[in-house]
Amino acid sequence: MENLNTELPKEMTEEFVVNIGPQHPSTHGVLRLQATLDGETIKDLLPHLGYIHRGIEKMCESLGYKQFIYLTSRMDYLSAHINNQACSLAIEKGLQVEVPARAKAIRILMAELQRLTSHELWWGSCAMDLGAVTPFFLAFRDRERILEIFEENTGNRLTMNYITPGGVMTDINSDFVTRLKTLLVKIKEHLKEYETLITGNIIFQRRLKGVGVLPKELAISLGCTGPTARASGLSCDVRKYYPYDGYEKLDFKEIVADGCDSWSRYVVRMEEMRQSIHIIEQIIDNIPEGEYRAKLKGIVKLPVGEYYQRVETARGELGVYIVSDGGNKPYRLKLRAPNFSNLGALKPITVGSKIGDLMASMATIDLVIPDIDR
Amino acid sequence: MTKEELKTYLEQTFPQNKVEETFDFPLLYADKSELFIIAKKLKESPETLFDFLFCETAVDRTPNLEMVYHLNSTTHRHDMVLKVVLEDRENPEIHSVNELWKAAELYENEIYDMFGIRFTGHPNLRRIMLGDEWPGFPLRKDYKDDINIVTL
Repeated sequence: MENLNTELPKEMTEEFVVNIGPQHPSTHGVLRLQATLDGETIKDLLPHLGYIHRGIEKMCESLGYKQFIYLTSRMDYLSAHINNQACSLAIEKGLQVEVPARAKAIRILMAELQRLTSHELWWGSCAMDLGAVTPFFLAFRDRERILEIFEENTGNRLTMNYITPGGVMTDINSDFVTRLKTLLVKIKEHLKEYETLITGNIIFQRRLKGVGVLPKELAISLGCTGPTARASGLSCDVRKYYPYDGYEKLDFKEIVADGCDSWSRYVVRMEEMRQSIHIIEQIIDNIPEGEYRAKLKGIVKLPVGEYYQRVETARGELGVYIVSDGGNKPYRLKLRAPNFSNLGALKPITVGSKIGDLMASMATIDLVIPDIDR
Repeated sequence: MTKEELKTYLEQTFPQNKVEETFDFPLLYADKSELFIIAKKLKESPETLFDFLFCETAVDRTPNLEMVYHLNSTTHRHDMVLKVVLEDRENPEIHSVNELWKAAELYENEIYDMFGIRFTGHPNLRRIMLGDEWPGFPLRKDYKDDINIVTL
């Protein structure tokens, strides 16, 4: 009996690598995260990109100015209208074209509806990542109605290619205003439902509060924009600071929160949905009459120079940087994608936390992978 | 500062450097060797405080390569462009600005991937999208790929 070793073996820990993705449902696309774990604690996180890299920037170099816009719908497909708008604005800037007032109003309506659809999808998938399935279906209920409006007026549900240099492709249908108004009433009621279902849920709150803290200085240094940065107290709404298409005439609040955590990012997005509705309500009754598109030449040529246009998509600041050599195609087109910069925040906010919190952080940063890879 | 004020300020502060303007922003050319010093000065001096690197990219101006830094100040809300011309096309190399703006880590990985510009002092330089096996650098103008690129 004296030979029996009564001492328990020492607890051994060893770091190991787990590949999350590329097909993991919580990555919302094909992103691979190489996570070095010690038990459940994340020690290091390395994103691997390129699974859906299509070379959009290179393709744009071989297409005319009016032609390449359809490609940008396929970047951040949840902000397709806004991506189209960014490119159109950049081209209009080079051509010095004045867009008709009606087109501007339609653009804002479409862009804000797009923001609404995007945030609704985010709300559903965010809750689903944290274990609640019902919100996903509830969010799609409203989202589908908005997509139906898109389909009727633009011909497409997801990749619209509707906003075009000079204005918009076609005029809106005659029943657009009445349909949108009835829908808005429903969406506003449903927003209250969302709040009672999830926002007040104590389990949900505890999964988000104090998780994934992104300090303001870090957000600035990392180039974060959109709700991710605004939840860290960085005021950066492009619609306020560098207004375009008539946002300067509208009354809306820039939602900034100081919590810096996942919960703040949740609150900011929820409030942004209300602001989007508020913006739509201001324009819906006063859509100006007149032309919906300014006349442009068949082949557009931009003067030699460089043009930079930024817009606020649902995820942050999208920049379109066009270098023109005077030809009918862009010499170089850089798309500064908001998700690409926001992705940089993922490592600093998750290292040291548990792997379960990684999903909460990812859900609230709201990455769209085709926008990162382009 | 407005665009004109900023342009005058840059002319006065960096008399050796060429100052121009693009359609939107004032534009400062920096030499490759002094990029980091100028960038640091732009970031830290209280008149400019360019703490937000919102776009970093490269342009292939055959035969040269050109680095383009779009800077913004979250305090003063003004923007500018900083450019560096790289004459060595075969082996382009430049100092990383990752120490000043952390956003540069991912941006520079992408530029290295697409243009083949190496960044000294970068913490983890890798071909982030295409992978190490990919031949050539696609966004260069002399890139040839008969299989994947279908010209119209």
